[in-house]
Amino acid sequence: MASSQPGKPPLAGQVANGQRPLQPGLRYPSNGKTVYHRPLNRSRTQELSQASFAYLFGEMVSYAQKRVTGIQDLEKRLNAQGHPIGLKLLDLLLYREAPRTQTRPLHIIALLQFITNVLWKHLFSRPADNLEKSSNPETPDEYMISDNEPLVNQYISVPKEMSQLNCAAFVAGIIEGVCDGSGFPARVTAHSVGTGEEGELWPGKTVFLVKFQPEVVEREAYLSKS
Amino acid sequence: MSYYFAIIGTQDNPLFEYEFGTSKQGGDGIARFAEQARHMNQFIVHSSLDIVEEVQWGNGQMYLKCIDRFYQNYVSCWITGGNVKFLLLHAPQPASANTSRSSTSIGANPTSPQTEEAIKQFFTEVYENWVKTIMSPFYQVNMEVRSPVFRSRVAAAGKKYL
Repeated sequence: MASSQPGKPPLAGQVANGQRPLQPGLRYPSNGKTVYHRPLNRSRTQELSQASFAYLFGEMVSYAQKRVTGIQDLEKRLNAQGHPIGLKLLDLLLYREAPRTQTRPLHIIALLQFITNVLWKHLFSRPADNLEKSSNPETPDEYMISDNEPLVNQYISVPKEMSQLNCAAFVAGIIEGVCDGSGFPARVTAHSVGTGEEGELWPGKTVFLVKFQPEVVEREAYLSKS
Repeated sequence: MSYYFAIIGTQDNPLFEYEFGTSKQGGDGIARFAEQARHMNQFIVHSSLDIVEEVQWGNGQMYLKCIDRFYQNYVSCWITGGNVKFLLLHAPQPASANTSRSSTSIGANPTSPQTEEAIKQFFTEVYENWVKTIMSPFYQVNMEVRSPVFRSRVAAAGKKYL
């Protein structure tokens, strides 16, 4: 981390003559293959076992649950776990796009379509179920992405006393990472909208509320004018 | 032709820099910046960040082509989806004796379509390696890139195309 802190032993990285020597602390994997030797394109059908994901995700939730003060705090931690994934996926998925459509999203709609189609298909092998703009005229900066059956929640049962909790906050964090990375800072939260009634079609339906910062809306208005 | 390549993070912080010369037309791949011009490169590159911010919302392409010029220094830019900028400063050699031979080379015409294309290919290759860098689970946004493998990949791309 600290490349040029005075007083640090030369292990942390020397800079001499503008050229960086191989750092003695650097270790190569035994087969000589680094992250740079692996291809970025994966075949479309390569999928992960859902059981192993559910197991890992369950551990992530219980890890996040340690020493939290409340449900909001827990959701915030899940959100923080997803955020860096969004930042990374943004560039990975753009890289995998065909050269003609390889464009950075410039407008809110283009960004949200990228999320509901490209990102959702990559993560869950299907597009998101709905995307709508808030109908409330006082909140033109809010958009809603709905998922009838979030994959992350499939094996999560929320105890009664924590009924406010929605572990899809993790996915909200991924969305937030994509938005932040592409220059559309936003707050994204996950909300359960199932009513809990008997015979409901989608009891686990979740809405991701995307609230963009005011400067994003301002820029959007300016860009659409010119 | 001498090149100075820098990767600038989202907070306008430098993440990586590399200086090299042309390998085309029998070049030896060594940068020939005048000693007093060398430390200016960083200033020139960073001063074009303002222009990047204007141009980046104009179209969604990642390759923004040649965006800035400061005397004989031309700055080309590539912007990633994550708002990280790759900036390449290219300075053609002052007219030398064999101008007739090198007049069509990419070195002598910093704004020609051929040069634009060569730089695009260079950026594309760096971008591929950049995505690999950020996909590392230990890489966080705006962290300096110190991998010698990345450095050698950038050097190889420079040698191949520029």
